[in-house]
Amino acid sequence: MSLAFAPCPAHGGSEGGRSPPPSKTVLEVAAVTAGYGEFTALWDVTLRVNAGEAVAVVGPNGAGKTTLMRVISGLVPIRAGDLRLDGRSFKGSPAHQIVARGIAHVPEGRRIFPRLSVEENLKMGGFLPTARRHYAETLGRVYDLFPVLAERRRQRAGTLSGGEQQMLAIGRALMSRPTLILLDEPSLGLAPVMVLRLFELIRRVRQEGYTILIVEQNVRQVLSLVDRAYLLEVGRIKVEGRAADLAEQDFVRKAYVGL
Amino acid sequence: MDPILVAEAAVNGILLGGVLALLALGLNLIFGVVDIVWINYVELVMLGMYAVYWLVTAYGWPLPLAALASVALVAVLGALVHLLIIAPILSSPPVNQLLATGGLLFFLQSFATFLWATDHRSLRLALPILDVFGMFLSFARLLAFAVSLLAMLGLYLFLTRTYIGTAIRAVSQDREAMALMGADTRRVYLVTSGIGGAMAGLAGALLIIQYSVHPYFGAAFGPLTFMICVLGGLGNMVGAVVASLLISEVISVGGIITSTEMAYVVAFVIFIVAMFVRPEGILGRRE
Amino acid sequence: MTRLAALLGLALLGLFPWLPLGPARLYILHVAVLILIWGFVGTAWALMGRFGLVSLGHGAFLGLGAYTTTLLWNFWGLSPWIGTPVAVAGAVLLALVFGYPCFRFRVVGHYFALVTLALGEVIRLLIIAERDWTGGSLGLTLKDAGTFNLAAIQFADKRIFYFVALAVWLVGLAVWWRVDRSMTRSALEAIGEDETAAASVGIPVTRFKLRITVVSAALTAVGGVLYAQYMTYLNQGTLAGIGVSLQIVFAVVLGGMYTLLGPTVGTAITIALAEYLRVVFGVKLLGMADTIYGLALILIIIFLPAGLYGGLAALAQRRPRPARALAG
Repeated sequence: MSLAFAPCPAHGGSEGGRSPPPSKTVLEVAAVTAGYGEFTALWDVTLRVNAGEAVAVVGPNGAGKTTLMRVISGLVPIRAGDLRLDGRSFKGSPAHQIVARGIAHVPEGRRIFPRLSVEENLKMGGFLPTARRHYAETLGRVYDLFPVLAERRRQRAGTLSGGEQQMLAIGRALMSRPTLILLDEPSLGLAPVMVLRLFELIRRVRQEGYTILIVEQNVRQVLSLVDRAYLLEVGRIKVEGRAADLAEQDFVRKAYVGL
Repeated sequence: MDPILVAEAAVNGILLGGVLALLALGLNLIFGVVDIVWINYVELVMLGMYAVYWLVTAYGWPLPLAALASVALVAVLGALVHLLIIAPILSSPPVNQLLATGGLLFFLQSFATFLWATDHRSLRLALPILDVFGMFLSFARLLAFAVSLLAMLGLYLFLTRTYIGTAIRAVSQDREAMALMGADTRRVYLVTSGIGGAMAGLAGALLIIQYSVHPYFGAAFGPLTFMICVLGGLGNMVGAVVASLLISEVISVGGIITSTEMAYVVAFVIFIVAMFVRPEGILGRRE
Repeated sequence: MTRLAALLGLALLGLFPWLPLGPARLYILHVAVLILIWGFVGTAWALMGRFGLVSLGHGAFLGLGAYTTTLLWNFWGLSPWIGTPVAVAGAVLLALVFGYPCFRFRVVGHYFALVTLALGEVIRLLIIAERDWTGGSLGLTLKDAGTFNLAAIQFADKRIFYFVALAVWLVGLAVWWRVDRSMTRSALEAIGEDETAAASVGIPVTRFKLRITVVSAALTAVGGVLYAQYMTYLNQGTLAGIGVSLQIVFAVVLGGMYTLLGPTVGTAITIALAEYLRVVFGVKLLGMADTIYGLALILIIIFLPAGLYGGLAALAQRRPRPARALAG
């Protein structure tokens, strides 16, 4: 049972914001099948993200959400299908080249460098030559968005709280000056109060003009943030549609319990 | 027991420890980043020693120049070892990785035998022995120690103050995350292996002025170096330095209480016991 | 392996010394004895290796075994028939003293390999340090007892040694077989997969690991004794260093750690290769033989990661070989 995909309306479905840019497709995942060894995690998955949009992929544990992120960022090779950025295929490209093309992946579990300082972490985020040229300016913007990080710039990243580490992970991704940001389960392991703050911050990041693809278990929260959402179950897209339409009891229940 | 003799042994221990620390640091750097133990590491040191020996005795190069050449040469060798042998087996089971570098150990030892026979070769430098408060200390040893300190400082600055140095540290903490930053981890491995090789080359230059070289030099220093690395905590730089000094002291002071070989036995036994008490090493972290 | 094939193989091995081996008969017999001895040692090592306990220090048990019986004979005229149980007891004791804290404190993986390496070095250096009675780096020669002395286990006739080695080798295979079919194997495999999980199910991890280590050590010590009696000359470098430990591991991995005959096949190949190179290069180009040997090892590890025998066996069964087959 799949809701027909409604063309992107003038009103984006989430609160706040300026008039949306023309709906140019930034990311296209076309009929992708991928897995690990003999195990297939994704079957014939198709989704797209348009410029300026925030799109969510939700689903129960083990659905393949993280695999999907890793496929897009180049950590996992695909067996069938295609991946396109701005219309050009990047299937088979190694991870570091995909970053150079403008996709930044904030991995599950944050994966900040624990024994480097906050600022060193951000410095690593700006590793790309293009990012290094604008390092000072980008760093300034990140510190504006996340003042906490500015306060703790010399602190060892491993000693930060969960929420602060998540902010650092997002800030680090921003340092590469991406066009598309992949967020993998950002609310994982965070206290509810922190989760609210985090989504506020993600909203602000979005307002800066970034396109976002977010994978989340916290369905209710994320639907209030994004324009559209996909439901991924056991490696297949089961439902897709606008967030406003999908924020019904039915869909939320299905996402938690599984079809 | 003459206290001056003990003091002399203790000081010599520190001096030796400095050079051993270079070896341990190089090995640790590679392990921390690439996650592979180069069983053949000390064989690279041996090659560095031979390089300096031949450049000085056969071609009349001044020692400092020969030392620089050794650093450059073994740095290139390090990169080659990574490209040709390590890179193909990066995802092999650990046993295979051990055997690949083990095979390289055999290869290098035998090739050196083939090229230069088993004769012990010494530079026979007439460097002075200094009398410091009644202790007789070799100038060569002091020089080697001083250079090691400088090299360690240089490495520290490189790893903390430069972009690529910080990237190397980042890769050692989470290589996948660093790939997501746009860093080609293969290049980082290559640079790291080159640096590890450079340190081996430098250690070789510092050792040839104190010891004679022969193809099986690694048999004496090899296991010792691994032990120091593990004792300090595999991948831990500060730990490597601490462990080097500790073990050198045991060997040096122990050497005047009993025989040198017995001192080595004691050092290894201490290592084994330490492994039981704290397997992750003195300063190691439980992963 | 079918009953018939096994019996035929056994018969062939039994008749081997009387087959027409040509003018190099004695040399071929010598190589055969070496293959049996080192194949036995390799099989003993594989008892630990196949369960993830990769030891780089089996030279310690080899050296302990060889030097114990030789010293007892040389200095006190004690027959190796008595010396061997003493040597085995020593190896068992060493394995227990070393293994218990090791396993109790969960020393595994890289650390275990390097700690066993240290153990091998300890024994090797002890041998050198006590040079007054062990001969140090110069080595030790077994005191001659004539051309045929059963009590001293010294025989000039290589054929006798061939059968002694064959018998010992078969015992090694029998032990391997027993372990393979026992509870110990399942327990150790579980431990190899996930030690914490195994412990949580009630498997006494330390006890099982100790058991297999003791068996492996004891057998290896016997291998050392056999080597000493056959070669009549011992050297700490040949018996207790990192070199010999690496060679054992390599032979086993090459032939396949998980099969009965794997270690022996691997040993046969490595020894045959080494001897061939030695014959070709002789003393003309000192070191070239081992150089090529080292190169061959590297190439084999890179290009034949599943080992020869193991890879072929998998092909025969037409099952894809899992990538983690070697380390477990």
